[in-house]
Amino acid sequence: MEIIKDGHIVANDWRHLSDDEALPEQAVTVSLLRWKNERDRLLACSVPLGLRLNSDDSLEEIADDLKYFSIIVLEFRQFTDGRSFSLARLLRERYGFNGELRARGDFLRDQMFFLSRVGVNAFEPNGSANAQELLPALQEFTVKYQAAVDVKEPLYRRRK
Amino acid sequence: MYQYDNYDQTLVNERAAQFRGQTERFLKGELSEDQYRPLRLMNGLYIQKHAPMLRIAIPYGLLSSRQLRMLAHIARTYDKGYGHFTTRQNIQFNWPKLEDVPDVLSELATVQMHAIQTSGNCIRNVTSDHLAGVGGDELEDPRPYCEIIRQWSTLHPEFSFLPRKFKIAVNGAAKDRAATQLHDIGLQLVKNDRDEIGFEVLVGGGLGRTPIIGVTIRPFLEKKHLLSYLEAILRVYNRFGRRDNKFKARIKILVKELGKEKFTEMVEAEWAAIKDDLLLDLEEIERIKTFFQPPPYVTLADNPLLAEKTAHDSQFAAWFRHNTFPHKMPGYRVVFVSLKTPGKPPGDLSASQMDVIADLADHYSFGEIRVTHTQNLVLADVKQADLHDLWQRLKSLELATPNIGTATDIICCPGLDFCSLANATSIPIANGIQQIFDNLDYLYDLGDIRINVSGCMNGCGHHTVGHIGILGVDKKGEEWYQITLGGSSGKDASLGERLGPSVAKDQVCHAIEAIFQTYREHRLEDEAFLETVRRIGMRPFQGRVYGDN
Ligand code: HEM
Ligand code: SF4
Repeated sequence: MEIIKDGHIVANDWRHLSDDEALPEQAVTVSLLRWKNERDRLLACSVPLGLRLNSDDSLEEIADDLKYFSIIVLEFRQFTDGRSFSLARLLRERYGFNGELRARGDFLRDQMFFLSRVGVNAFEPNGSANAQELLPALQEFTVKYQAAVDVKEPLYRRRK
Repeated sequence: MYQYDNYDQTLVNERAAQFRGQTERFLKGELSEDQYRPLRLMNGLYIQKHAPMLRIAIPYGLLSSRQLRMLAHIARTYDKGYGHFTTRQNIQFNWPKLEDVPDVLSELATVQMHAIQTSGNCIRNVTSDHLAGVGGDELEDPRPYCEIIRQWSTLHPEFSFLPRKFKIAVNGAAKDRAATQLHDIGLQLVKNDRDEIGFEVLVGGGLGRTPIIGVTIRPFLEKKHLLSYLEAILRVYNRFGRRDNKFKARIKILVKELGKEKFTEMVEAEWAAIKDDLLLDLEEIERIKTFFQPPPYVTLADNPLLAEKTAHDSQFAAWFRHNTFPHKMPGYRVVFVSLKTPGKPPGDLSASQMDVIADLADHYSFGEIRVTHTQNLVLADVKQADLHDLWQRLKSLELATPNIGTATDIICCPGLDFCSLANATSIPIANGIQQIFDNLDYLYDLGDIRINVSGCMNGCGHHTVGHIGILGVDKKGEEWYQITLGGSSGKDASLGERLGPSVAKDQVCHAIEAIFQTYREHRLEDEAFLETVRRIGMRPFQGRVYGDN
């Protein structure tokens, strides 16, 4: 399956492990619940690890663990749920996470521009969506009034 | 007023292009109804009873004559020749075709207008005082801050999918003409004890189903922290506001459930973490202020001919007394254009009226028009010497009904005639009340009375803050009306109290007349309606309205 990463279409090299699946010998992401239950076991295996966060998961309690993950996946169960936009920004700006930050699931094409501004750099859409068609959505706006993860200064400091 | 530069213009162009794409994808079936809904809502497009309804932003109620002419053109070309001004200083068109809306947005973009975030669960059009800059009772003009907030909130990357809609109002005057206590965030310009000007920050006000008056969470906020504080509030709301039940999703419910102290603590903690990263530069405030400088007034004395004119012409005198307002500059006056002509839907204006008002604004008032949250228009800077001419022009347009602030200046939602959520009609109720007054002496004798009518509990007509509020309810398929007394959206904000059981449609006017009579009997000398209600309570009114049966 293909995903969008850093503005390009690339192969998905992460397997999203469900909570009852056995650990394979490859890069996997696990849910926060599984991480909490099996933290030591997961750390003991040598595969690269990623964490999947739901929009209502608390960042504060795992802040110290972020260093173990090379990817964090923000799960979109409902595109109207905007909490992950704040999570993304906090992960980048407050908790200094600089691995891959991926939106996965039921986000809309038209949310990708916003997501890219709050620090999401990879997009794994739901089954039917075509990555090629989604790509231009990242460029729909050239004007950004606010400071965010992508531009550090608000427009009023950049106006010429 | 604010003028777009290249950046602002590019953004509205790109937005119009984006919406064109979204609409094409929807019409081709590539976007489902559910997927298209939040996208169209963020461009002000509702699907209503008869047709889509398009809400266009009028930032803090300020329009140029050129923009008003564009609205007239849109009304004529894409609608049935009229538009409806709303209580949030916007305009709505009730009859555009879905496939035309992308064209409408492109045309709007040519005059620096858009429909961005006029609905949907995002930060809405910022509202303000319609007398900003001219009222004379203000600490500072609120509009530069409104513009700063407009830019900050436009396509905000983090806060475009909130639990529910989010409304911000800014007021700079001693009187609260922006209903700041009834907004998700209300900002009141205040002076601290070191004589610096900043903001008092209120949170959690709102109307709708669960009306609540906002609470102050910060008595003084320095201007440079305006945007970081807003971000802190919005972030707490975005993360922790309820999403399980749309009727409990407004920030007011979060504030209520957490309690003011806990909520404030969370905001302050969030703010402490970001405040130094997001400073609002004082140079930027100054830059935006340059767009809101006073127009080139001429030095005038108060016009002596005015007294003479009013002495000789009682109709003009009545209009002068009720529809004009003192201006801070000698020789000038603020003029209200009444959109409350009896028998017409409150807030409606035809395309040809829009065109003429645009001309009048060019001729008499530096080419600017303001929309009030009471659904009237204002020409803010009229020379006193021009008043008589202007009055005659307005009169010929049927826009000079001398009723501003009186019982026929009714705030009213579209109701069952247009709205698919309605329980009952509201426009006919407003028109019915207007008919009570076959003579103006009776109207003037009642003085200042604010009547608000909503067709359902969503409260678009702000019935809960009307001195008299009228709410349409459904009773076994029939239209009934619940009456409340004693509401206010001013400095002394309060929610109206229920008078008693709802009344049938054909009894509403009788009930309202009984309320007027009760007031006349009980008032002390100059006491205004609201004061009498507050002093004597519901009882005497109940006795009169329900007494006999
Ligand atoms: C005809 C189409 C309209 C629809 C479908 C509609 C729908 C709604 C709904 C569902 C609410 C409740 C939201 C909530 O409590 O969270 C609401 C509130 C409101 N509407 Fe409308 N409305 C319409 C027209 C209008 C008009 C014409 C006005 C102005 C005259 C208006 C102004 C407002 C205001 C001020 C509120 C209260 C906001 C608050 O809670 O603070 N709406 N509307
Ligand atoms: S108050 Fe109810 S009836 Fe009136 S416009 Fe709002 S949703 Fe419609």
